[in-house]
Amino acid sequence: MNWASAADFWNMGGAGFYVWGSYAVAALAIGFEVVALGIRRKRALAAIRAEREL
Amino acid sequence: MNWFYYASPTTFYGLAGRLAPWFFVIAAICAAWGLWLGFFVAPTDFQQGEAYRIIFLHVPAAWMSMFLYFLVACYGALTLTFNTRLSAMMARAIAPTGAMFTFVALWSGAFWGRPTWGAYWVWDARLTSELVLLFLYFGFMALASAFEDPRRGDRAAALLALIGVVNLPIIYFSVQWWNTLHQGSSVNFKGTSMHIAMLQAMLMMSFAAWMYAAGAALVRVRAIILEREKHTQWARSLA
Repeated sequence: MNWASAADFWNMGGAGFYVWGSYAVAALAIGFEVVALGIRRKRALAAIRAEREL
Repeated sequence: MNWFYYASPTTFYGLAGRLAPWFFVIAAICAAWGLWLGFFVAPTDFQQGEAYRIIFLHVPAAWMSMFLYFLVACYGALTLTFNTRLSAMMARAIAPTGAMFTFVALWSGAFWGRPTWGAYWVWDARLTSELVLLFLYFGFMALASAFEDPRRGDRAAALLALIGVVNLPIIYFSVQWWNTLHQGSSVNFKGTSMHIAMLQAMLMMSFAAWMYAAGAALVRVRAIILEREKHTQWARSLA
């Protein structure tokens, strides 16, 4: 085990801002992509429905 | 088995829908495992302290940014030579995920560079060529959607993707060809200089990134197929 405590873990030997800043932005980017994929599918289905109703 | 059966977008639609959830499940399990290995098993680096743990994100993202571009170019080559529709849709489906991983590689690189080199950004060969890769992805996506007729967009973007492939060896060999701040590769085709736990964490995270990319591309290609086929009876029966 590398860490003496939870605070030690979050501190990352003083590099916490950089380590967590990297992982947090990556998580945001993936989350954004997943949401965008859901929106794109919904829009595609809505466009088909709109066309069918014409 | 008839391999051309799934080359039809409407039959591939169903296959992609059945496969995508499994890719996401495998990606989540491997990412959790890889992060555990990376943060709790891998030891502190004797030179870089704890900041090196960005490697478990940075290297998988950078590998994936290049691998996905290569895939986009391969599908582009298929599009141009055989004029297959599904290959062009796959190229379009992979590109945004590749751009996302390129962004993550650049961002995590900046956040690794600051504590180790003292700068978020330098105009160094490795960093600059990776930035060019991001612009190639943007160019591919812009060109693909710049035409009224999507098939013309497919072919124009495929050509751009093929020309851009020249950038991949430039990225890969940049740390050998030029004097650079960026460290050389820790893993190459001859072996590795890394601690075994560090290597395992990095490979596990890379596999997770690969599985995620596959799932995301399959979900996106399904949306693209719906967009392209929206006038057909097949699409109307789905919505």
